[in-house]
Amino acid sequence: MTRASWIRLAVLGSAVALLEVTCRLGWVSRHAVIAPSEMVRGAWRALGQADVRRDMLLTLSTVAQSFVLAILVGFAIGVALHRMPRLRRALDPFLASYYAVPTFVFYPVFIVLFGLNRWPLVAIGFLFAVVAVAINTLDGLSRVPRAFLRTARAMKLSGAQTLARIVLPAAAPWLFTGAKFAVAYSFIGVIAGEFVQAGAGIGFAIAFAYNSFDSLTMYGLMILLFGIVGTINMTLWSYERRLYARRGGR
Amino acid sequence: MLSDDIQVRLHGVTRIYPAVEGGKAVHALGPLDLELREGEFFSVVGPSGCGKSTLLDVVAGLASPSSGSVTFEGRPVAGEVPDGIGVVFQEDASFPWLSSYDNAAFALRRAGLPEAEIRERVEHTLSFMGLLPFADAYPAQLSGGMRQRVCIARTLVTRPRLLLLDEPFGALDQQTRLLMGDELLALWRETGATVLLITHSLDEAALLSDRVGVMSARPGVFIDRVETGWARERDSRIVAEPAFGRVSGRIWEGLRDQSIKALESAR
Repeated sequence: MTRASWIRLAVLGSAVALLEVTCRLGWVSRHAVIAPSEMVRGAWRALGQADVRRDMLLTLSTVAQSFVLAILVGFAIGVALHRMPRLRRALDPFLASYYAVPTFVFYPVFIVLFGLNRWPLVAIGFLFAVVAVAINTLDGLSRVPRAFLRTARAMKLSGAQTLARIVLPAAAPWLFTGAKFAVAYSFIGVIAGEFVQAGAGIGFAIAFAYNSFDSLTMYGLMILLFGIVGTINMTLWSYERRLYARRGGR
Repeated sequence: MLSDDIQVRLHGVTRIYPAVEGGKAVHALGPLDLELREGEFFSVVGPSGCGKSTLLDVVAGLASPSSGSVTFEGRPVAGEVPDGIGVVFQEDASFPWLSSYDNAAFALRRAGLPEAEIRERVEHTLSFMGLLPFADAYPAQLSGGMRQRVCIARTLVTRPRLLLLDEPFGALDQQTRLLMGDELLALWRETGATVLLITHSLDEAALLSDRVGVMSARPGVFIDRVETGWARERDSRIVAEPAFGRVSGRIWEGLRDQSIKALESAR
């Protein structure tokens, strides 16, 4: 482990230890926060319950649907805008200010459109993620060095070969960043949607436990959620780091 | 000895870039004529923006002439890079996601050659270019000069009969450029290919070439063609010879006024 990793671990460990002590000493009301060791016990107990496992799977499958849709549509939008510079110039202000718009206000509209099922959640997760993918795709394609494209022509590569063997590998770091954002934004959209209006899923289960004053379950589910999202993000982050290290930032 | 066979012939070539968004059309090149003999080393020098790189694009088939004709080994060059022509650009075009070996093998794999032949050609070329110990290294782990050598190796493995080099050492320091020039001369002798080198360095042109074409300010035409008279076996040590000064002086004589003209029109 690197020195930075040790420091990171020490900061995290100290924060957890501090919270454990303050909770155990009663400095913080247990109605507000429970000790981290209790949270872990709550997570372990929740994992043993079939309906919690079902909720987790449901949330993960909804996030996966949002993610896949955002990747496909966002990539297509990025490629289209790259190919049509005038359209790109026209849409630039919208793309730049997209995340200033509280996208979540469309959630009731999606419920009216799709009904009380999982699709409004898929739509809100998708809406959160799609523009991040489009912007990063556009960025990646714009940064493919002209010399690479001239090299492709000098080697008589077809359009499809140029795309598959030069453009996509050259833009890979940006495409990957778009995918990383899409994971995070899909989770945020879906979980937030489940909090507000859903009959199942981890977000719903957390809200239900909160409304029932069941702190053990609520914090246990939150720990499980952090564990899942953290593991996915750390895996992506470590892959991205390796990718960048090999390419020297290019 | 140079062959008398003409490998590349340009006749009355011009290149005019059409007006973009209300601007004016740009007459970049010509009309010019050029004949490259098989196996010769021909360099083109000229003021900035005189159309040197445009000339290379036209010879390579990467750009079509607005008028005139280009032939390579008797066949017209139009629309695509003909077989037998290899191009190396000024910018670093080594693919950062591939090792030196895979970069060098890129074009051969696309051509579908058997892996054994690819290995033989790539290892031979990397060895010749002094890159074999770095076959597994990625471009990010190499210096600028080595990355440019990877690009040259990627072109050389295709065994081009005409090698087009667009200021390949432009980003390197003077010492490295001289040494890279020696390597270029060695590979020119080994491959027997014709070389067309675009450069803004008078010394580089004078040192490396059998003939140097001096171009005018835009639209670029040849205002002088200088025969250096160097033996085929030569290297950068000839910079110390009095004849080198005479060749450089002759090139600069033609170029000085044109460079002043280009500078003034840029102001």
